[in-house]
Amino acid sequence: MPHSVDYIKKLADRHGRGLESLLPILENVYEDNHIIPEDAMVEIARELDVSAAKVYGTATFYSFLETEKCGKYVIRVCKTITCMMHGKNQVIKELEELLKIKLGETTPDGLFTLKETNCLGQCHKGPAMLINDVPYTELTPGKVRDIINEYRLNAQKSAS
Amino acid sequence: MVEKVNLKIDHLSVSVDAGATILEAARKVNVRIPTLCHHEDLCVAGNCRVCVVEQVGVDRLQPSCAIPVSEGMEILTNSMKVRNARKQIIELLISEHRAECTTCYKNGKCELQTLSNEYIVGESGFLPLVPLKGYTIDEFSPSIIKDDSKCIRCQRCVRTCDQIQSIGALTVAHKGGEMKISTFFDKPIYEVVCTNCGQCVNRCPTGALTEKTYINEVWNAIDNSDKYVVVQTAPAVRIALGEALDMDPGEIVTGKMVAALRRLGFNAVLDTDWSADLTIIEEGNELLQRLKRVLKDKESDVKIPMTTSCSPGWIKFIEHTFPDFLEHLSTAKSPQQMFGALAKTFYANKIGVDPSDMVSVSVMPCTAKKFEANRPEMRASGYQDVDFVVTTRELAMMVKQAGIDFKSLPDDDYDSIMGESTGAGVIFGATGGVMEAALRTVYEVVTGREVPFDGLNILPVRGMEEVREASLKIENPLPEWDFLDGVEVKTCVAHGLSNAKKVMEKVKNGEADYHFIEIMACPGGCLGGGGQPLPTSPEIRKKRAEAIYREDAGKKIRKSHENPEIIQIYEEFLVEPLGHKSHELLHTTYTPRNRY
Repeated sequence: MPHSVDYIKKLADRHGRGLESLLPILENVYEDNHIIPEDAMVEIARELDVSAAKVYGTATFYSFLETEKCGKYVIRVCKTITCMMHGKNQVIKELEELLKIKLGETTPDGLFTLKETNCLGQCHKGPAMLINDVPYTELTPGKVRDIINEYRLNAQKSAS
Repeated sequence: MVEKVNLKIDHLSVSVDAGATILEAARKVNVRIPTLCHHEDLCVAGNCRVCVVEQVGVDRLQPSCAIPVSEGMEILTNSMKVRNARKQIIELLISEHRAECTTCYKNGKCELQTLSNEYIVGESGFLPLVPLKGYTIDEFSPSIIKDDSKCIRCQRCVRTCDQIQSIGALTVAHKGGEMKISTFFDKPIYEVVCTNCGQCVNRCPTGALTEKTYINEVWNAIDNSDKYVVVQTAPAVRIALGEALDMDPGEIVTGKMVAALRRLGFNAVLDTDWSADLTIIEEGNELLQRLKRVLKDKESDVKIPMTTSCSPGWIKFIEHTFPDFLEHLSTAKSPQQMFGALAKTFYANKIGVDPSDMVSVSVMPCTAKKFEANRPEMRASGYQDVDFVVTTRELAMMVKQAGIDFKSLPDDDYDSIMGESTGAGVIFGATGGVMEAALRTVYEVVTGREVPFDGLNILPVRGMEEVREASLKIENPLPEWDFLDGVEVKTCVAHGLSNAKKVMEKVKNGEADYHFIEIMACPGGCLGGGGQPLPTSPEIRKKRAEAIYREDAGKKIRKSHENPEIIQIYEEFLVEPLGHKSHELLHTTYTPRNRY
């Protein structure tokens, strides 16, 4: 994983060293690694001359930045009332069975992480979920199976 | 001239400077508005909402700590709407607070408890959320305990650590219901960049941040008839202890404190002021040696400016933040540790007590002293030199527990030896004091004359200005110090670690031509320390400083090198400043630490 001193230095060169550069750097680290590791935060703090705690505080504030290792694809199922009324719980049950993991966990092959999220603004088309940046709406257990299968197939293809 | 704004608060007319807050205007007409997240030393936060008031004609309630006054404003601080809202806000805060008040260390001194009492918050309709949250209590540090279950997330501690101390060991992590005050990766406080200064403890309104107490350990030692228990008291304790025992800020209680300590059962009541005088002799001579090696012998590896080393918060700060500059620190131990090292060697021998049977207790205005006493290098006597450190606050609790009517105590004197002190030792408790004490001695050593200031009062180094510079020209020195003839000794004094950082940045960038720098971790110096009575404010610290200088002015001897008990210990034991014994017992080394 490229989180050496040089790696953060290069990111700081690219994004700048002001406080306003903290978020772009964190986003970049997460994009590259699917995690913002502890030692990367220490290096970011050093480069930007802020406290490491501040970097940690910022990283934990944003839902789309993760301080624990996540899968290549992060599935975020909307947990708010409208989606729940449209069957969010069945969607999560289906996902847990398909992936053989519980909410908050990552599959052993490192492909999927399953999470809940706050409102995605798709209340009229619930239940909804995001896989990385792609929204999926009007989900049913069957639809969820198809989506996951597609991701698995694509992953197999790109691996071979 | 600042523009004036006229408004009405609870139908009382008031005129204040433009830019003042509603809260400040209310204080001017003696209307008290309750606050929690607000603190005089810190920037506006406006997050607790306890200070809400009603503005006539405006539907929403306003946080008075954060809203500036405007012309013609009509404010109601005690309407039914305000009272109901405040009560509900307090109830909501308590629903997330482990309100086990009777068993809380902060019981009786908690601002949330006071408010809930004022607003008669009974059993509220809100579900208690504490059991759901899986809180942790960090008790690993020898100085500070952080109990998240008592935290109301007012962020006074975060702002303190950031603004006053420029450390940022604490941060706000996560958000919404999960939001919490956290260190880096929620590590224990003793593992992160924390300096143990305790300024956060001084400002925490609840029991979420407290000092680690050693009261029971001290009682146990006193109760053990096989142990000989000595106690030392720091300079800044005697001018603040009264505050925690129903007296006004700025009262000097030296004699009563000594009497109380004797009544508590300590075998010997001795004074850190004495070892402050000793520190001046060692540190002053070290400064002169360094100047000689740099200016006369042209040694390039000797570092100036030399900085003071009495403040353990400052020591840990420089170890974390400027680890490449540790050679600038004086190697002299702090007065507490000099005292500790001598108590279990020189003093134990003198009174015929086996050092293994001696328990050495210190009363300090400081939480970082607890950490300092636990440093592995502080075992010069072959034992832990200082066994237990209690703060001014803890001593006040012990006095209360013992049923002593403090105010009516007669004045008592310290025991001897290691009890006699000079005015120079006393002023260690105020920012600029170590500098002044050192100059009084160093100037006289070099020139044979007293410092050229009226009544020995070196006013340029006194005061509450954040960074102060002063210089003193040496003329006609004694032959031994002829290389200092005409040299303008440049000094700098800083208090609060954000100011220390500014000064050290200058040193780092080669922009500082100082010879000697005094740094105290806490605002105002030790008198504003993390172990001092609550509350703290610029006004209270000013009163404590005035008391320190009053105590100095009232001392018969005001120069460390004239302290007869200091002269005696060099004759009987230490032989000479910076000598073999001093090196062994009174000087120390420092450890570079991770910055983050």
